[in-house]
Amino acid sequence: MTELAVAFLVSTVAAATPLLLAATGELVVEKVGVLNLGVEGMMLAGAIAGFATANETGVTTLGVLAALLAGTALALLFALVSLTLQANQTATGLALTIFGRGFSALLGAGYVGIPAPTLPKLHIPFLTDIPVLGPVVFGHDILVYLSFAILGVVAWCIRSTHLGLILRAVGDSHDAAHALGYAVVPIRYGAVAFGGALAGLAGAYMSLAYTPLWAQDMTAGRGWVAVALVTFAAWRPLWLLIGAWFFGALMYLSLYVQALGVAVPSALLSALPYIGTVVVLVLISRDRRLIRLHRPAMLGRPFQARA
Amino acid sequence: MLKIEARGYESKFWRYAAPILALVLTGATSGLIFAAMGRPPGLTVYTFLVTPLLQQDGFQALAVKAAPLIMMGVGLSLAYRANVWNIGTDGQFTLGAICGGGIALAFPDAPSRALFPAIVAGGFIGGMINGGLVAWLRIRFNANEILTSLMFAYICQYLLVYLVTGPWRDPEGFGFPQTALFSDTALAPRLIEDSNVHIGVLLAPLIAIAVWVMLEKSLLGFQFRVLGQATRAARFAGFSENRLVWVAMLISGGLAGLAGVLEATGTLGQLTTTLSPGYGFTAIIVAFLGRLNPIGVIPAGLLLALTYLGGDAAQINLGLPNAVTGIFQGILLFYLLGCDILLLNRIRWVLNKPKAA
Repeated sequence: MTELAVAFLVSTVAAATPLLLAATGELVVEKVGVLNLGVEGMMLAGAIAGFATANETGVTTLGVLAALLAGTALALLFALVSLTLQANQTATGLALTIFGRGFSALLGAGYVGIPAPTLPKLHIPFLTDIPVLGPVVFGHDILVYLSFAILGVVAWCIRSTHLGLILRAVGDSHDAAHALGYAVVPIRYGAVAFGGALAGLAGAYMSLAYTPLWAQDMTAGRGWVAVALVTFAAWRPLWLLIGAWFFGALMYLSLYVQALGVAVPSALLSALPYIGTVVVLVLISRDRRLIRLHRPAMLGRPFQARA
Repeated sequence: MLKIEARGYESKFWRYAAPILALVLTGATSGLIFAAMGRPPGLTVYTFLVTPLLQQDGFQALAVKAAPLIMMGVGLSLAYRANVWNIGTDGQFTLGAICGGGIALAFPDAPSRALFPAIVAGGFIGGMINGGLVAWLRIRFNANEILTSLMFAYICQYLLVYLVTGPWRDPEGFGFPQTALFSDTALAPRLIEDSNVHIGVLLAPLIAIAVWVMLEKSLLGFQFRVLGQATRAARFAGFSENRLVWVAMLISGGLAGLAGVLEATGTLGQLTTTLSPGYGFTAIIVAFLGRLNPIGVIPAGLLLALTYLGGDAAQINLGLPNAVTGIFQGILLFYLLGCDILLLNRIRWVLNKPKAA
C-alpha cells in the first residue's frame, strides 16, 4: 500500500512538472496583459529542440538550454506580430501553435523512435534513502526542483518587488504605466520571452525526463491545460501548484487505472484530464467576482503609444 | 529607421493586397526554410503548390479537400466576427461524423432517400450539440470558449477512438480500428460518377453564399457586424450578446459537424480513428485568409486545401515529411495577421534628422 502511495505521489509530481513550468510562464505573460495561446507550440518546439540537441551532443544540459532558446525564439516571433505589428493576440497565438506543431514535426521526423540521454534523477545519500519521504521529496530530477524554485521566485517577485509592481501596472492599465514613463512594449516583450523560455523548458521536461522519446504532438494538449491552469489559479501563482498537482494526479490515474486492467476502456480514461479541465474551468469561472478581481484588466488588449 | 504611422483611415487597396502580400512572403519564407534544409527551394515550392494540380483529377481532389475547409471556415468567419473564439471545430467535425456515422451503421438496410438526409441531419446536430455545449458553458458559467472548445476536441477524439476500437469496431475487420463500411445507401451522392466528388463540393459554396446573404442582408447579420466592430455600440443598441454567442456556436459547430459527416460518408465510407488531418486549425487560417467574409472563404479554402495536397506531393516526390504543411500554414497565418497593420497604418522610412532648433 505504501509502495502504491509512493508511486502515486512520485508520478503525480512528475506529470505536474511540465504543466507547472508552462503555466508559470504563461502567468507572467498574462500578468502584463498579454494572452499567448501558443504555449502548446512553444512546448513542442522546446521538446524537439531539447531532444535533438541532447541526442546529437549526448549532453542533457545542452538539450535543456536549446529548449529554452527554442521556446524564447518562438515567443519573440509572437511578440513581433502581436505587440509590434499589433495583430489580434488570440489569432497570433493560434498561429504560433500551428507553426510550432509543424516545425517540431518536421525537425523531429528523423528522431522518432530513438532514445536520448535522460535527465538523471537526484540521489542524495541518506535523504533519498529515507523510506516514503525519500523518493517522494528527494528523488526527482533537477527540473522538478527548478520548477518549484521558479514558481517561488515568480510569486515573490510579483507580490513583493518593484519589478512585480511594474509588471502588474502594465497588465492592469498600460496607458497609466506608459504615462508614468514605463516602456510598455519592451516590458511585454520581456515577459513574453520569459513565458516562452519556460514553455520550452516544459517541453524539454517532456522529451528528456517524463517520456524520454520524441513523438509527434507528444505534449498532447498540455500547453492548453497550462493556459487553463492560469485561469484556474485566478492569476495567483501559488494556486498553480495545486492545479498542476491536481492535473498531474488525473493524468497519472488515467494511466494507472488502465494498468490495473479495470474494465473502463482506455480511450475514455485518456479523456479524463480534458474533461477535468472543462469541469475545473467551469467551477472557477462561474465565480465572476473572483475572476474580475484578479484578471489583468488589459489582458489581450493591444497597446499603441500616443504621443 | 522604420516607423509605423497611423493612416487615420482604412486603406481599400491594402484590404485586398495585404492577403496577397502575405501569400508572396509565405512563399519566399518557406523557400528560404527549404533552402536552409538543403532542398532546392524553387522545386520544393513548385512541388508544393503546382504539382498537385497537374496530376490527373488534380482539380477534383482539390475541390473534395476544400469542401470541409470551406464549410468550417464559413462558420468560423461568422463566429470570429462576434468575438466568439471557437477553435475546437475539429471536435465538432468529429462529433458530427460520429453521430451521422452512427446512424449509417445502425440502419444499413434503410432506403437511401430517407437514410442519407437523416445522416446529414445527424452530423449537423452532432456538431451543434458540441458547439451548443461550449456556448452554454460560456453564457451560463462564464467559461472561456477558447479552452472549452479545444478540450472538447480532445474529448471527442478519444470518444471516436473508443467507439472505433470498441463497440463499433468491424467484427470482420481483422481487428483493425475501423467500423464496417457504410452501406451504399448511406454514402454521399456523387456529382461526377466514379469519382470522389461528392455532394459536399456543391454544398460548400452554397452555404458560403447563404451565410454571406444572412450577414449582409438580415438584421441578425447586421448585429454580427456591429458586435465585431463596435462592441459598446452593440450593447447600447440592445443587441443581445448571448444570443449571438448561441447563434455563432450553433452555426459554426453545425457546419463543422456537416463537414465531418460528409467526410465520413463522402470520402472515407467508414469511421476510423483519424478523421480530421488537423482541419480544425486549418479552418481558422481559412477564415482569416478569407477576411472573415464567407465569400472570401471559398478561394481561401481552395488554397489551404492545396497545401494539404502539396504536403502529400512533397512527401511522395521529395521525401519531405508532410508536416511541412503545418509550417507553411503557420507562417501564412503569421504573415496574414502581420500584414494587416498596413490596413490602418503606413510604414515609412524615417531618417534620423537632427531636430531643427
